[in-house]
Amino acid sequence: MTSSQSHWQESVNSVALGIRRRVLRHTLDNNGGYLSQACSSAEALATLYGKLMHLGPSVGPATPAPFPGVPGPDNPNYFTGAAYNGPHGPEFDRFFFSPVHYALVLYAALIETGRLGEKGLDHFNKDGSTVELIGAEHSPGHEVTAGSLAQCLSQAAGIAWARRSRGESGHNWVFMSDGEFQEGQTWEAFAAMHFHHIDNLTVVVDANGQQCDGPMDGVGGVEPLGDRLRAFGAVAVEVDGHNLDALVRAAATEHVARPLVIIARTDPCHGLEALRARGPKLHYVRFKDEAERAEYRRILEGM
Amino acid sequence: MVEQVTRPHARNLVRFARAHPEVLVLSADLTASCEADDFRTAFPDRFLSMEMAEQNMMSFAGGLAREGFRPHVHTFAVFICRRPYDQIAMSIAYPNLPVRLIGFLPGITTPGGVTHQANDDLALMRVLPNMTILECGDATEVESVLDAAHAIAGPVYVRNLRGQVPRLFPAHDPMVLGHCRELSPGRELLLITAGITTEEGLRAGAALREKGVELGHLHISTIKPFTDPQVAAALCTTKRGVIVLENHSVIGGLGSAVAETMAELGCGVPLVRLGLQDTFAHGASKEYLMRKYGLDALAVVGAAERLLRKEFGIDESVLAAVPVTAVTGAKAEDL
Repeated sequence: MTSSQSHWQESVNSVALGIRRRVLRHTLDNNGGYLSQACSSAEALATLYGKLMHLGPSVGPATPAPFPGVPGPDNPNYFTGAAYNGPHGPEFDRFFFSPVHYALVLYAALIETGRLGEKGLDHFNKDGSTVELIGAEHSPGHEVTAGSLAQCLSQAAGIAWARRSRGESGHNWVFMSDGEFQEGQTWEAFAAMHFHHIDNLTVVVDANGQQCDGPMDGVGGVEPLGDRLRAFGAVAVEVDGHNLDALVRAAATEHVARPLVIIARTDPCHGLEALRARGPKLHYVRFKDEAERAEYRRILEGM
Repeated sequence: MVEQVTRPHARNLVRFARAHPEVLVLSADLTASCEADDFRTAFPDRFLSMEMAEQNMMSFAGGLAREGFRPHVHTFAVFICRRPYDQIAMSIAYPNLPVRLIGFLPGITTPGGVTHQANDDLALMRVLPNMTILECGDATEVESVLDAAHAIAGPVYVRNLRGQVPRLFPAHDPMVLGHCRELSPGRELLLITAGITTEEGLRAGAALREKGVELGHLHISTIKPFTDPQVAAALCTTKRGVIVLENHSVIGGLGSAVAETMAELGCGVPLVRLGLQDTFAHGASKEYLMRKYGLDALAVVGAAERLLRKEFGIDESVLAAVPVTAVTGAKAEDL
């Protein structure tokens, strides 16, 4: 292994650890948070930002701007949070974030990668802030409004079609959760991408097997997800979503005239073993009492 | 007699797209049915077949619009407004993107029955912020609606007409955004129509004026925003009552827009809303359904009789004998 290889892995691992620590601290300070999502997706998001995506430096303000009012004909001041993913340009990649209840995790990833100021989370879920609980397109790191789930992929596919028609070299990355594969629109999008030969798009799925009501296999099935995706004309690769090398290798899979899907099999308690005791429902974590909170504070101090 | 124009949208779409290279057409397996087939032939690279999958089509169109294209989504009005409503709201309307939703077979203009009839589309689209709503009432408006919509930076829902479309307004008198057409002056009663009901209104109006009723008649093509000062002025100066005749449920459509305006302006005259009276319809001919559900000239006459407490003895045979001619003299005042 050359030193440059070990360097990126060290740096991506440190971003992933930083995401977990930051989200855990926030969950402790606010007595609630989407903590299991940080545990499952930290490596995938850190690898996307640290290794896979070709992005320019953030052009968003270090201190997130307040909410500028909803978009409309009388509001020239509206902006999207895409500025934190760097400037738009034909050569640059674009990032589309679909499961926006993971917003806290994305904000943490932006801070850890130096794209958002250290104090960005101070604005989280505060009235008048863009750092919203469920991210919308004005929220840091977000480009489209995706909160009702499964709409982001179709929007990104339209953008990918448009970029291909202009001959742009930049790739389009979509981050999704596995629960979104229960929505019919997701499959409509894959059918359309296959039909239109859209291959400048890669989906990374945080397959943590969790949804709001609990473990996915008790709510509804999306498995075998890889086979289903291949039947819909995508190239699908399944990897350990906590293994950086496996994620990077998967992203290099050839996918001519088809989108690539990286199914990142993840553990919603990865790096935070104590969380498993709270199962099987892990969607949103709010500590039961002071004793549990103290336990997690001790864990944070040791991380 | 009124000239019947065949497939005006098919020709107009090609003409319009030739002048605007950023225009794309998206279709959900109803391409010829929505008269987008000539476009597909003329500009195959700008035509996107989106399969029978409206939810993806709407969000995909939003993505295209973000990148500078002008997607013109073609399908039946009912398939635009019901199934992919959340996608329109979140992927198109919230970000105020210039997607054009070209909806065909409004209201009871289809024998396809309850699944194909868009009787609630205006209500659904009116409640979406940033959405502009245009409705075509004749071939001239079909030929000018895309240009009218083009001036709008946000999303536009178009209630369009297909097939044989009458030309009620001169070809050189296009749809103007936010402006009604005054089809006849009169301050005793005011009749407001849009879309296919305008032809019925012209028929009823001629018969009522014959009986001495001073009937004002306005044709509306901009359903939202509903801010035309000429409409407000007419509502406020009408003495005995207002009649709205619409090809839609009386809840949430043009009649509701008029009611809201009258209430806010304090226009103290009665309002009669003719349209589908909070009911679904079923599959049958347009003429049959217009009669059955009271969307025709006879319904207007009945409403006028109730408002004026008179009987005019105007029956179906009288109305059938009224010649409907193209409107030539009357033109919207340029306010």
